[in-house]
Amino acid sequence: MELNSRIPSSPLEKKWEMHRFEMKLVNPANKRKYQIIVVGTGLAGGSAAASLAELGYNVKAFCYQDSARRAHSIAAQGGINAAKNYQNDGDSIYRLFYDTIKGGDFRAREANVYRLAEISVNIIDQCVAQGVPFAREYSGYLANRSFGGTQVSRTFYARGQTGQQLLLGAYQALMRQVQTGKVKMFPRTEMLDIVVINGKARGIVTRDMVTGKIQTHIADAVILATGGYGNVFYLSTNAKGCNTTAIWRAYKRGAAFGNPCYTQIHPTCIPVTGEYQSKLTLMSESLRNDGRIWVPKQKGDKRSCNQIPEEERDYYLERKYPSFGNLAPRDIASRAAKEVCDEGRGVGESGLGVYLDFADAIKRLGDKGIEERYGNLFEMYQRITDEDPYKVPMRIYPAVHYTMGGLWVDYNLMTTIPGLFVLGEANFSDHGANRLGASALMQGLADGYFIIPYTIGDYIATTKLEAADESHPECRQVQEEVTSRIQKLLDIPGKRSVDSVHRELGKVMWDYCGMARNRNGLEQALKRIPEIREEYWKSVNVLGSNEEVNQSLEKAGRVADFLELAELMCLDALERNESCGGHFREEYQTAEGETLRDDQNYCHVAAWEYGGPDRKPVLHKELLNFESVHLTQRSYK
Amino acid sequence: MNLTLYVWRQPNAKSEGKMVRYESKNVNPDMSFLEMLDVVNEELIAKQQDPIAFDHDCREGICGTCGMMINGVAHGPKKGTSACQLHMREFKDGDTIYIEPWRASSFPVLKDLVVDRTAFDRIIRAGGYISVSTGSAPDGNAILIPKQNADLSMDAAACIGCGACVAACPNGSAMLFTAAKVSHLALLPQGQPERKRRVVDMVNAMDTEGFGTCTNHRECEAACPKEISIQFIARMNRDYLIACLTRQEESETK
Repeated sequence: MELNSRIPSSPLEKKWEMHRFEMKLVNPANKRKYQIIVVGTGLAGGSAAASLAELGYNVKAFCYQDSARRAHSIAAQGGINAAKNYQNDGDSIYRLFYDTIKGGDFRAREANVYRLAEISVNIIDQCVAQGVPFAREYSGYLANRSFGGTQVSRTFYARGQTGQQLLLGAYQALMRQVQTGKVKMFPRTEMLDIVVINGKARGIVTRDMVTGKIQTHIADAVILATGGYGNVFYLSTNAKGCNTTAIWRAYKRGAAFGNPCYTQIHPTCIPVTGEYQSKLTLMSESLRNDGRIWVPKQKGDKRSCNQIPEEERDYYLERKYPSFGNLAPRDIASRAAKEVCDEGRGVGESGLGVYLDFADAIKRLGDKGIEERYGNLFEMYQRITDEDPYKVPMRIYPAVHYTMGGLWVDYNLMTTIPGLFVLGEANFSDHGANRLGASALMQGLADGYFIIPYTIGDYIATTKLEAADESHPECRQVQEEVTSRIQKLLDIPGKRSVDSVHRELGKVMWDYCGMARNRNGLEQALKRIPEIREEYWKSVNVLGSNEEVNQSLEKAGRVADFLELAELMCLDALERNESCGGHFREEYQTAEGETLRDDQNYCHVAAWEYGGPDRKPVLHKELLNFESVHLTQRSYK
Repeated sequence: MNLTLYVWRQPNAKSEGKMVRYESKNVNPDMSFLEMLDVVNEELIAKQQDPIAFDHDCREGICGTCGMMINGVAHGPKKGTSACQLHMREFKDGDTIYIEPWRASSFPVLKDLVVDRTAFDRIIRAGGYISVSTGSAPDGNAILIPKQNADLSMDAAACIGCGACVAACPNGSAMLFTAAKVSHLALLPQGQPERKRRVVDMVNAMDTEGFGTCTNHRECEAACPKEISIQFIARMNRDYLIACLTRQEESETK
């Protein structure tokens, strides 16, 4: 396997412009001869499908939800960054680029990140034109706020529902194309495998989740925009349906998997309450703009928060990181919370929680002012916990949120399988070892609206594809494999529910490959995961048949893939003998407990190649060159 | 606490359904309603019985996937809440709870509590968008929008498309959903060029899908998890009337 990142050689500021010029175009009359498949209809997939259809390509769009509008991008609350500098506070494309590179702990590609910062400006314009109701000032101008990891106000938002409103913009654009007939929409349809013919991605095999019909779809290029795999941990902030199946199947057919161990743990989630819990709820990190995070100074202080006087409170983020304070990046804020809880200073019944206190902000802004800014979040918190955050501080704890790893892609967002493109959270690019707030929405839309329409054209214009249809032997082969895998799951004469195994896997992952990892733990996980997997295929209980709505069967297939991915994540984490961003290896830390990077040996993207059944995957390295920014120790002090 | 559940079981769209009784024991008040069903399902699987199928995804009250009638009320007893954000502390030990799917002819049942809501997508397809193409948009601040309008538009745009309004309406009307969408765009300068055509096309699509009409029961507003106001229905009706009266000229010049 050869990793060619195809980074244009022009100077950083000119790379994308020159590349766009150098790429081949497809003449408008020819575009309608091509068929493109888009899997996933979130910000990346929805915007890509709509944009490609606008250009004239024929698009088939697939999602597992009942409507394209429900993709999990919808749940993003806080906002989307753009280097508009509307606030005149010193922002620029270069600064957004720099913050993102630094935030990713120098484990992202300079060229990609610069392009992202450059395009960020167009995204806002595009969304405003689509009618996304961004927050406005009284003057009628767009409003901005600040977000974790930055010192400028560059975040655009639509109440606490930014993701929803941006997604609706993309969904509406998509529906417009469905109406014109350029997009054929397949809701409640799950992609179960990918068809590679003569080394090129040419189609997918899907299951209709209502009838169970297994079908092959052929195209000239395939785009996966299927989101992240955080649900490998069972408990996460992801929607219940989020899974790794699409990208995992592609990996097993030859696409390299980049940086699988990079998981972002989000610091402001509602703490776990009980064993029955099915998922974790994130509270927008915009809360950290006004909330102050603290725990008691004393270990085991069980007094209620209001009885703990000011001088017995430890505002640990403000103490340790005076210049960023409560706005320290997510990995730093998360680890700091874990540390104080590990010391026995955590709050709440479980001791796994810290206070996010709005008392000062309420004094300053009044209940009304707070309601204006965070009303829906306060309500959501109260609903879940039955506590009123206007009266008592919120309790928060870190939770699995976003996976920075994903399929390896080149500058054109193409994987190591020609014709297979990956967008948004499903690819590994842009965020490095850490994702700053309000940057995932930016990446999804940049990929979908403004990058893929160009790069896919170049692929189509420069690639000769032989005619193929659903009767091609390769299609039949893959379809057969999919069918027999489903049958195999249904035939297991076991007793255990899919969820119970998933929970078990999740616990192993959280304990050994979560907020902090070490060699010993990872080695234990690598021993345990294959055992759970083996047991799964012997003892899981999948009732019903394929030819009906069968939610157990859907879950069973996804968990089977998680059970394989989990091993690769641990392997990757073990291989990376350094700490960076969301990857904290306990053996590699500074005297002060901060991450200790090893640029000498690990300034690369780890791209894993599937080695075949029961064989160790092969590690390839894409070395990262930093020409415009200097590698420095990330400091938020 | 211990509860008795009566759940609508229907294997598929073609077969008949019926209410089936289940016991839900040791329910923790901090559980969400869907987590309570998860626990019931785990027990059913252990007994080799088909688990109850229900739609859900984000479980944060925003994706709009979940939805069921709980004791005859869309999304259950708590106001402004989707089923995933309803917690068991709203119930008492010993309660009996009836759980059914959305009932509307435009939302056929697929299995148990799962219904087909693609009719909503077809309403949006008819015109619930601004016909802007990618890549040639003016600067965001070139379009000024007074805060009041932006806020009101956002109030409408908060619709999550769950279908509770339809399920709650005695007429099975999709007026609140459609009105929310029409108003969101009608309140913005970007939405003006297609405003008349949009409202007419969307209302027609709604009728074609077989949704009923609005006779001011206000059940939709009461059931809406995002508390969207029926004022938007009034706004849509006004727009629709104006559009019908004046659209002739527009379509002639088209």
